Amino acid sequence: MASDTERRNLPPLKLHVPEPKFRPGDDADFSDIVIPAVGETRRPDIADDHRDMPDLSYGLVRVLDDEGKAAGPWDPKLDPDTLRKILRAMALTRAFDGRMFRAQRQGKTSFYMKCTGEEAVAVAGTFALDRDDMTFPSYRQQGILIARDWSLVDMMNQVYSNKKDRLMGRQLPIMYSTKQGGFFSISGNLATQFPQAVGWAMASAAKGDTRIAATWTGEGSSAEGDFHSACIFASVYRAPVIMNVVNNQWAISSFSGFAGGDETTFAARAVGYGIAGLRVDGNDALAVYAATQWAAERARTNHGPTLIEHFTYRAEGHSTSDDPGQYRSADEAAEWPLGDPIARLKKHLIVIGEWDEERHAKMDEEVATQVKTAQKQAEKNGILGHGLHQPLETMFEQVFEEMPWHLKEQMQDMLDENEAANNVAKTR
Amino acid sequence: MSKARENTGSTTQRNMIQAINSAMDVCMERDDNVCVFGEDVGYYGGVFRATAGLQEKYGKTRSFDTPINECGIIGVAVGMAAYGMRPVPEIQFADYIYPGLDQLVSEAARLRYRSAGEFTAPITIRTPFGGGIFGGQTHSQSPESIFTHVCGVKTVIPSTPYDAKGLLIAAIEDPDPVVFFEPKRIYNGPFDGHYDTPVLPWSKHPASDVPDGHYVIPLGKANVLREGSAVTMLCYGTMVHVTAAAVEELGIDAEVIDLRTLLPLDMEAIEASVEKTGRCIIVHEATRTSGFGAELSALVQERCFYHLEAPIQRVTGYDTPYPHSLEWAYFPGPVRLRLAIERVMEDVSGNL
Ligand SMILES: Cc1ncc(C[n+]2csc(CCOP(=O)(O)OP(=O)(O)O)c2C)c(N)n1
Ligand SMILES: [Mg+2]
Repeated sequence: MASDTERRNLPPLKLHVPEPKFRPGDDADFSDIVIPAVGETRRPDIADDHRDMPDLSYGLVRVLDDEGKAAGPWDPKLDPDTLRKILRAMALTRAFDGRMFRAQRQGKTSFYMKCTGEEAVAVAGTFALDRDDMTFPSYRQQGILIARDWSLVDMMNQVYSNKKDRLMGRQLPIMYSTKQGGFFSISGNLATQFPQAVGWAMASAAKGDTRIAATWTGEGSSAEGDFHSACIFASVYRAPVIMNVVNNQWAISSFSGFAGGDETTFAARAVGYGIAGLRVDGNDALAVYAATQWAAERARTNHGPTLIEHFTYRAEGHSTSDDPGQYRSADEAAEWPLGDPIARLKKHLIVIGEWDEERHAKMDEEVATQVKTAQKQAEKNGILGHGLHQPLETMFEQVFEEMPWHLKEQMQDMLDENEAANNVAKTR
Repeated sequence: MSKARENTGSTTQRNMIQAINSAMDVCMERDDNVCVFGEDVGYYGGVFRATAGLQEKYGKTRSFDTPINECGIIGVAVGMAAYGMRPVPEIQFADYIYPGLDQLVSEAARLRYRSAGEFTAPITIRTPFGGGIFGGQTHSQSPESIFTHVCGVKTVIPSTPYDAKGLLIAAIEDPDPVVFFEPKRIYNGPFDGHYDTPVLPWSKHPASDVPDGHYVIPLGKANVLREGSAVTMLCYGTMVHVTAAAVEELGIDAEVIDLRTLLPLDMEAIEASVEKTGRCIIVHEATRTSGFGAELSALVQERCFYHLEAPIQRVTGYDTPYPHSLEWAYFPGPVRLRLAIERVMEDVSGNL
C-alpha cells in the first residue's frame, strides 16, 4: 500500500469538467478538427473480421471532396437519377421542417424539432436500406419517412394532433409511428430504441428472415445505459443491425464532451464491444450511403452488427423550446468544416454535369409547393387545440387490447364530466 | 400561503423557479459540500433555468453538466454522498427518472439501513413533474407514488415560491434521500384549472414574496391553506391552486390542506381536519390506481372511520398515459372537482 508520506508530496486531485471550445460571443474556429482526405479511410471487405478494422473507428469515411468530386474506395457510384432523388428528399425534408417549425410559432401546434444540417444522415441512410428493413429512429430522423415517400399530410396530421392523426393525438408532435413505413413508434425517452432494434434484428435472425434493423440515436443519448445494453446484445448475438450515432456535436446545451466525445470517438465504442465501427462524414450523402450499404450487406450476410458514427452538426436549435444563442457561438454552423449536405450533393451533381442552378431553383419551388399543399390539406383536419381532435373516448382505448372495468368506469366519468361542463357553458 | 413565517429580513418577489434557485444558492453559500448537477444544469442553468447563475458563482466543480444518463446521475450522487458531500442532482423531467430508479430504490434509499448507519445518502433529487403544458406523455407524468412506495426516501412537493424555497432548503439539509417534485405547470404562476383564461403571474400572489436568506419549512408539516368545516380537501402541487379556486367558485366551506410532504406525512393535521369536517376529498393529478390518494384514503379510513359521514372521494388523472391533444379532458379540473364535492356533500338520504 502506498504510504501517506509519499502522497503528501503530490498536488491535490482536481475534478475535470469538460468545456466546449466556443461559447456565445466567441469566434468559432474548427481548424483543429482533423479531416482525413477523401480516399484516406480504407474500405474493408464486407466479410472482414471486426478485429481487423479498429482504425475505421478513428478515420472518416468520405466520398465527396471540396470540389464536389466523388472519389475513393467508398464511392457508391450511384446513377444520377438516384443522386437527384436523394437531393430532392433532403430538400423536401428541409422544406417540411421550415414549414412545421413556423406552424408551431403560429400556435398551430405545441412543439417541433428540425433536422437542419443533418438531412443526409436519415435520407441517404434510408436509400441504402431495403424498403422492408425495419427502422428504430430517434426524433430527428423524419428524413426516413420522407425518403420512403411517406405521406406529408399524414406526418402533418400527427404534428397537429388533429382528427386524422393515426396516433389519436396521443403523442407529442414528431413522435411518428408507422408499421407500414417500417418506422418504429418514437419514444420521448432517449435511447430506448437501441436495444429494441437489436431485439428486432435478433428475432429476424432467429426466424431465418432476410430483413435487418437500423437504429439511430444522438451522441448525447449514447451516454444512456440503453445504448450500452444494445451494444452488448448486438455483439453477443451478432445481431443483423446497424446502430447509428448521430454526432451533431450538441445535446440541447451540452456539447459532445459530456457524452465522452473529448476522450475518444463515438465509433470507437464499437471496438470495446467487438463490433465493426465506422466513422463517417455525416454531411456527405454519398459517404452515409456507402457506409450504410456496407453495414447492411454485412448484417444481411451474417457478419453481424455495425456501429456508425455520423459526424455532423446540428445547424439550428434543439427544438422550438430553446435558444442556442445562449449556449454556443452563433457562427459555429457557418464555420462547420464539413459544410451543408444539400449544398454538397448539389455541387456534386453540377460538377458531373447532371444538374444546374436553374433546375435546383425549380426543385426548391416544387418542394415548397408540395409542402404548402400538404399543409393546407392537413389543416382541414384541424390544428392542435381547436376542437378537431379525436373523440374523447379514444383516450381510454388501446391502453389494453380489451378495456378493463376500471377504465370503462373512468371513461363514463369523463363523458359525464364533459356533459356537466357543456351544461355549465350553456347556462352561462 | 404559509401561515407560520419566520422573520428572515429582506424579501424579493420570486416565481417558483427563482425561489428554487435561491434555495440552492443559499445552501451552496453556507455549505461547500452542496453541489448541483444534471443534464444542461451547468452552463445553461437547466432547461427551466432553475440552476441559472450557480456555475458562474460557485464554479464548475459545484455546478456542472452531466452525460445524459439518469442512472449515472443518481449513482454518482450516492457515491459523492458516501464521500461526505451533499449532492442536489436534477432529473430534467420526472418522466426520465426511470433509468435511475435502481440507484435510488435499491441503493440510496437503503444505504443507511444496510450499513447500519455507516453510509448515508443525503441527496436531494429535484425533478419537474405534472402536466398542463401540452408536453405529451413523456413530459407530463406524476410518478410520486412510485417513490412513496419505497422505504427510505422522502417525497416533497411544493405549491408556492415561498414553500418551494423553504422546503428545498429543508430537503437539502435533511440527512436522508429526498425526491423533490417541482410542479412545472406553476413555475411561472399559480394555475386555477381554467386553461382557457390568462395565467396570473406569481407576482400577483402573496407567496411570491420570498425571503432572501435562509429559512426552512420542516418536512412532514402540512399547510392548512383554508380553514373550513364542510369537507377536508387533501392536495399538493399544482392541484392546491385548482382545488382552492374550485372551493371559492362553489362557495363551499371546505378545509383545504396542502400536504407539502407526502412522506413523512402530516397525519395529525389530516386527522384533526377530517374529525372536524367528517368528509374528505383527495385530489391529485397522477393516475388513480395505486396513486398516493389510495394511501391517503386508507389512512383516513383507518383513523377517522367513525367521524366519516360520506365515502372518501378521489379526484385524479385517469389511468391512461397523459394524452397530448386531449390534455384538458384528462386534467382533473374544476368540473371534476365540483362533481366530487357534490357527491361527498350528499347526505345519507341522497339530498344535497
Ligand atoms: C431518458 C431521457 N433523459 C432526458 C431527456 C431530455 N432530452 C431530450 S432530447 C435531449 C438531448 C439529446 O441530445 P442528443 O442525443 O445529442 O440528440 P440530438 O437532440 O442532438 O439529436 C435531452 C437531454 C429525455 N428525453 N429522455
Ligand atoms: Mg446531439
